[in-house]
Amino acid sequence: MDLVIARPEGLYCPPGDFYIDPWRPVERSVITHAHGDHARTGNEHYLAAAPGEGILRSRLGQDINLQTLAYGESITHHGVKLSLHPAGHVLGSAQVRLEYQGEIWVASGDYKVEPDGTCEPFEPVRCHTFITESTFGLPIYRWQPQSEIFAGINEWWRSNAAAGKASVLFAYSFGKAQRILHGIDSSIGPILVHGAVEPLNRVYREAGVRIPETHYAGDFKKTDPALRSALIVAPPSAGGSTWMRRFGEFSDAFASGWMMLRGTRRRRGVDRGFALSDHADWPGLLWAIENTGAERVMVTHGSVAVLVRYLRELGLDAQGFSTEYGDEEDDAAVKTEPEPESTGGASS
Amino acid sequence: MKAFAELYSDLDATTSSNAKLAAMQGYFSKAAPEDAAWAVYFLAGGRPRQLVPTRMLREQALLLSGLPEWLFEESYQAVGDLAETLSLLLPKAEHSSEEGLASWMENHLLPLRGLPPEELLERLPTFWSQLDPQSLMVCLKLITGSFRVGVSKLLVTRALAALADIDSKRVAQRLVGYTDLSHRPSAEGYLKLIAEESADEHAQRGGQPYPFFLAHALQQPVDQFENLLGAAENWQVEWKWDGIRAQVVKREGRLWIWSRGEELVTDRFPELHSLTQCLPDGTVIDGEIVVWKAATPENAEEGAFALDTPAPGTPGEATPSVQPFALLQQRIGRKTLGKKILEDVPVVVLAYDLLEWEGHDWRSRPQHERRTQMEKVIANAQSPVLMPSPLLTGEDWLDLGRQREASRSLGVEGMMLKARDSMYGVGRTKDMGVWWKWKMDPFSVDAVLIYAQRGHGRRASLYSDYTFAVWDGPPESSERTLVPFAKAYSGLTDEEMRKVDAIIRKTTVDKFGPVRSVTPTLVFELGFEGIALSKRHKSGIAVRFPRMLRWRLDKPVAEADSLATLQDLLA
Repeated sequence: MDLVIARPEGLYCPPGDFYIDPWRPVERSVITHAHGDHARTGNEHYLAAAPGEGILRSRLGQDINLQTLAYGESITHHGVKLSLHPAGHVLGSAQVRLEYQGEIWVASGDYKVEPDGTCEPFEPVRCHTFITESTFGLPIYRWQPQSEIFAGINEWWRSNAAAGKASVLFAYSFGKAQRILHGIDSSIGPILVHGAVEPLNRVYREAGVRIPETHYAGDFKKTDPALRSALIVAPPSAGGSTWMRRFGEFSDAFASGWMMLRGTRRRRGVDRGFALSDHADWPGLLWAIENTGAERVMVTHGSVAVLVRYLRELGLDAQGFSTEYGDEEDDAAVKTEPEPESTGGASS
Repeated sequence: MKAFAELYSDLDATTSSNAKLAAMQGYFSKAAPEDAAWAVYFLAGGRPRQLVPTRMLREQALLLSGLPEWLFEESYQAVGDLAETLSLLLPKAEHSSEEGLASWMENHLLPLRGLPPEELLERLPTFWSQLDPQSLMVCLKLITGSFRVGVSKLLVTRALAALADIDSKRVAQRLVGYTDLSHRPSAEGYLKLIAEESADEHAQRGGQPYPFFLAHALQQPVDQFENLLGAAENWQVEWKWDGIRAQVVKREGRLWIWSRGEELVTDRFPELHSLTQCLPDGTVIDGEIVVWKAATPENAEEGAFALDTPAPGTPGEATPSVQPFALLQQRIGRKTLGKKILEDVPVVVLAYDLLEWEGHDWRSRPQHERRTQMEKVIANAQSPVLMPSPLLTGEDWLDLGRQREASRSLGVEGMMLKARDSMYGVGRTKDMGVWWKWKMDPFSVDAVLIYAQRGHGRRASLYSDYTFAVWDGPPESSERTLVPFAKAYSGLTDEEMRKVDAIIRKTTVDKFGPVRSVTPTLVFELGFEGIALSKRHKSGIAVRFPRMLRWRLDKPVAEADSLATLQDLLA
């Protein structure tokens, strides 16, 4: 029996009568993580991993009807045993393990396999059927170790500071921004953040993640000498806005897995692109799938057709699942990631 | 290789000319002369012939990555650049080579050409294992002959001039022919580029042409010309020919013909070799190579015409005249020029400027003086393959504007306006005088987008390359269909392209490899420069330089133009 099927409202578990990351309001929802395309408002009940509580509440409202589980802790609902396991994507992100009549399914939400120090690292969970994302489901996507990326960011920041230029780094305000703040060398200069980033920094700090001292960028005047050696972390939507004027002369960069390709780097029109992603790269996807031991794989958002075909050639029973997460198939590289400051958008 | 790859990414990362200049100066000031020599070659547009067949590179990537072929193709479609795709799919290198660009080119890459596949299979992986991802991509671009980065030759010239502290026009002069296939960059050659100016520099030039002087587009309405340009009588006016711009250089008893791309094309035009005898040493003529023959009945209607000057030809035969560019194109692509093609498509030079006479550089003399002398030179040459591009006269700009209306039927692109007193400049500069091209507005039709393909480079992954169709019948006919007739890639803003991309994804009917067919919903006004009958196209029509002029959001698909509209344009 299928423990998860695609319905117009979202991914649905028939025996348990609940949805995973529904995109339309439903009675019972299990939320894998708090990015806007997975966690939406209007559900009557929410179930999520405990480390994500702060963020979910800050994004969806303090008064949502939210129940949390520690990673690995299980509950049973209508005979379906449900537990949440680290997905390594952002703080509080979880894979949903479902067990019913001896059948085990895992819905991974979004995940990455490299530990990043800001959230519990991805943990392969054995299952019969694995629901995987495929955002970067092409073999051209192979991430450098994050230490190398951070070294690159440090070097860029240092040389800008030496030239008296501010360094503006665009990154999703939830997850990517904190991962960068956690990973960079904070001794290079002052760190300023956009108003969309700071509330999330606070949640991460409260969760015990080391985030260096940050200042609200809006408090600085254009003439402030501190700007000449500052790193400013801002959501991509701030690019090209009047908000940027206060930094005078600056170099800009964008941190996203899409920056792997020269075409997307150029289209983005920033000085530098750092290919830093919170999603699994091609080897990461294959490693994760293999380690679940699943014989059946359902592929969602990203390069669905490609990953399905590849897995079938490996002898797995793979098929595509149509969802409203992230973007449609091969739409990926062209998306224009708007991130409203209040709700937050998809991450990459 | 590493330093050059870094220069490449610096140049690639910015659109600012100053930043690019700074990056190049930084590189040149540190690079060894032999490396700099190759860097100048590539930056200025030099491209050695492909060193390894693309097929071989694909096979290697499949072999080394263990990927199935379809997945390689999917990846290539997403990346939109072969060298980049290969560099992303090949196994990552353990080491990074410190060897310079020149050594890589001369010791490793150039020797690859013509090697048997077994040998290539053995050598190539040892290269891949020594190059970091950035260097690997650049190296693959050099191998495939697809190296391109957003710097103009002019910008390279300026970087070198600033470095050497000499006039950039001098550097431009020295750079002529530098990127020709026959030229092998060397440390010595590079040092000459940046050497101090010497008195006898001109005398050492051999077959070197002068940098071409290029025209600017004039787009204002004709009633503003008086204000913009002054009186028409101060301008030398000619037709803008649709041929191949070329310089004919005669020195030391030899003849050289250079195309505008500074490619040596002497061998391509054997019928012009007789000019070796007709022109004295120390003569350089700038002009246009055009097809010149008596019109056949079928191309006569496409508007070939005879020059005003009496043309050679015996009475009773049709008078020879300039023929459409499409004919010239037939011989450009040929590897060998057989007797038949030389007979069918004979060329002449329509001369419009004299750059050197009796070994002296005439470029600083005024236009009218060069013209007068040129006419004398041509008269003395008495060659059937060399004639002056005729001068056009009119009472005023409006009168010339009326004459220009005939451009289409005459098979020219419009008019050229050259200030009578101007010098002959370098490239597209304005400081020594100015040439204007006053082109006809393009033809235009409203066409329907029916197929789309993803683009390359910065448009990779975006559906940016479109096939357009027109109806094969009038609106009242019930069974009419859309017939494809042109492909176009340019003319949309990034914003528009993103919107069109989204619509294409939503309206896709079918996919054939990289191509998607869509439900026809999008109408665009397409502009193009020329139109001709063609047996190779389904529509029976071929257009030149098609591009999108605007998105006709106001126009339903049913109201797009039909083949009949195109056929009317042919007449």
